[in-house]
Amino acid sequence: MLPEILRRLMATVPVVMVVAVGVFALLHVTPGDPAVIIAGDYATSDDIARIRAKLGLDQPFVAQVGIWLGRIVRGDLGTSIFSGLPVTTLIGQRTEATLALTALALLISVGVGVPLGVIAAWKKGSWVDRIVMVFAVSGFSMPVFWLGFVLVYVFAISLQWLPVQGYQPMRNGVWPFLRHLILPALTLSVIYMALIARMTRASMLGVLSEDYIRTAFAKGLAPRRVLLRHALKNASLPVVTIIGIGFALLIGGAVVTESVFALPGLGRLTVDAIIRRDYPVVQGVILVVSGAYVLVNLVVDLLYVVLDPRIRY
Amino acid sequence: MPIPPRAAASTVDRPARGVGPEEAVGAAGRLAAARRALIRHPTLIAGLATLALVVAAGLLAPLWWTGDPLAMKPAERLRPPSASHWFGSDHFGRDIYTRTLYGTRISLTVGLAVAVLSLVLGTALGLVIGFYRRVDMVAMRIMDGIMAIPAILLALAFMALMKASVRNVVIALVIPEIPRVIRVTRASVLSLREHLMVEGARALGVGTPRILARYILPALVAPLTVQSTYIAASAILVEAYLSFLGAGTPPHIPSWGNIMAEGRAYVQLAFWIILFPGMFLAATVLAINLVGDGLRDLLDVRQ
Repeated sequence: MLPEILRRLMATVPVVMVVAVGVFALLHVTPGDPAVIIAGDYATSDDIARIRAKLGLDQPFVAQVGIWLGRIVRGDLGTSIFSGLPVTTLIGQRTEATLALTALALLISVGVGVPLGVIAAWKKGSWVDRIVMVFAVSGFSMPVFWLGFVLVYVFAISLQWLPVQGYQPMRNGVWPFLRHLILPALTLSVIYMALIARMTRASMLGVLSEDYIRTAFAKGLAPRRVLLRHALKNASLPVVTIIGIGFALLIGGAVVTESVFALPGLGRLTVDAIIRRDYPVVQGVILVVSGAYVLVNLVVDLLYVVLDPRIRY
Repeated sequence: MPIPPRAAASTVDRPARGVGPEEAVGAAGRLAAARRALIRHPTLIAGLATLALVVAAGLLAPLWWTGDPLAMKPAERLRPPSASHWFGSDHFGRDIYTRTLYGTRISLTVGLAVAVLSLVLGTALGLVIGFYRRVDMVAMRIMDGIMAIPAILLALAFMALMKASVRNVVIALVIPEIPRVIRVTRASVLSLREHLMVEGARALGVGTPRILARYILPALVAPLTVQSTYIAASAILVEAYLSFLGAGTPPHIPSWGNIMAEGRAYVQLAFWIILFPGMFLAATVLAINLVGDGLRDLLDVRQ
């Protein structure tokens, strides 16, 4: 097992390297002098020269890539042009909110999406199935930020049950922390939940037509036991895959959700950095987030072995 | 064979009234055919009908009792929906109904352009990458890398360096989609390349470009048609996200994302500024996704 994990881990290195070089190259393939673009409309030539030197843009391209990669390996993502703080520090400050938001959204999506899919597959063709499918298609088409505002309007402004926006870190108490996260997490989870419900249903339908399921029902096992122990266990592989692939959707949605609910997370950091043309911060966040995505999918790959012992790497 | 969807949709919407005897037979036959199509492909027809409405709303925006989408009437600021402002007005007194209808144009343009461009570029690259083993290994690692970057972040980073314009938004959305099209194309090429008919053609001395065009491309039409609908739907969503975040369509253009971005300061006072464009956005994306699902079932494409 261990050598396999190591081999899979090594295979992700080139992917992360492509991301690193790609994010870096983006600055150079776009037309115009990046230093001028980053400096903005009201920059003096001194400002531009300062930014050029700071980003190492006065060096040849290949040397720049080498320096950039070397710094990443040492865990140095540069310093923010706007605040002067190291990018790693900024990312560290903003990770808690994003992690809390995405983790809670993931929990809700899986917790609701999987049962919905199982029930829809079990009662295929019934009105329950229809409702789940309508939800799956419309949930997947839902504009995240619009849904956020609708929920805010209903639950925060009209009913005044929950706060409109803002964030309370966990150290200020669990209840204030959760109260501020309920609406954002709900908003973010809808797309993901729809995706998971749909995939669970499709995968369960395939398994439920197998002979051993008929046998299990025939020998008089309770439906719940057949569905969960016999069917879902074998239908879980595609579901786990879609949870990994859909992680990108979750991250993308988090950027928008954080903006709607004014959560101090990585998404807000990126959007603010983009408006300030703080490119080192943009690069750093993309690198870290993409790295997380690769890592999540690596974990998913390794989960396969646990879920289906026939798979060997 | 399915009924041409447009005819089907219009017969359903408009019952035959005051037609001659021969025409009535034709109309009744068409009505029955439409009903059959609706029963057999409900999602496809529902999606196409909704999409037709949205397209009509956008293309014919001046005919739907709209005004000037940019006209400001300070005396009529933040009015709730009424007979004079169906969807209310914003903080400049601009009519939300008019702006929403004109916003349709931006969304549909972006959706169509992104779908077509990523399809053309992705298919061309996918054919080459799939057919030439030597480039395959390197190219696919690069594609894995691009796909590891969440599409919204990649588009945001690109827009950070470019001037805000509809054209640049389209480019920003095409870049993350291309690897996904390449993946689908390449997978089909890899399986078809070993096919007997390709081997036979090669034995007869048919050149590679001709094999790609005559034997491989036709097999790609169905899966790529389905995929292009999903690309269009996601492009329309992400354009709205980018505009909402202030890194998309230039603010002076009334796109759905921009209208909602301006309305966010007035969520408590004038919720209609966000409510109506968002409903149009959700309905449009849903319609395109339904068309995609319908086409997938119709063309029997496996994902």
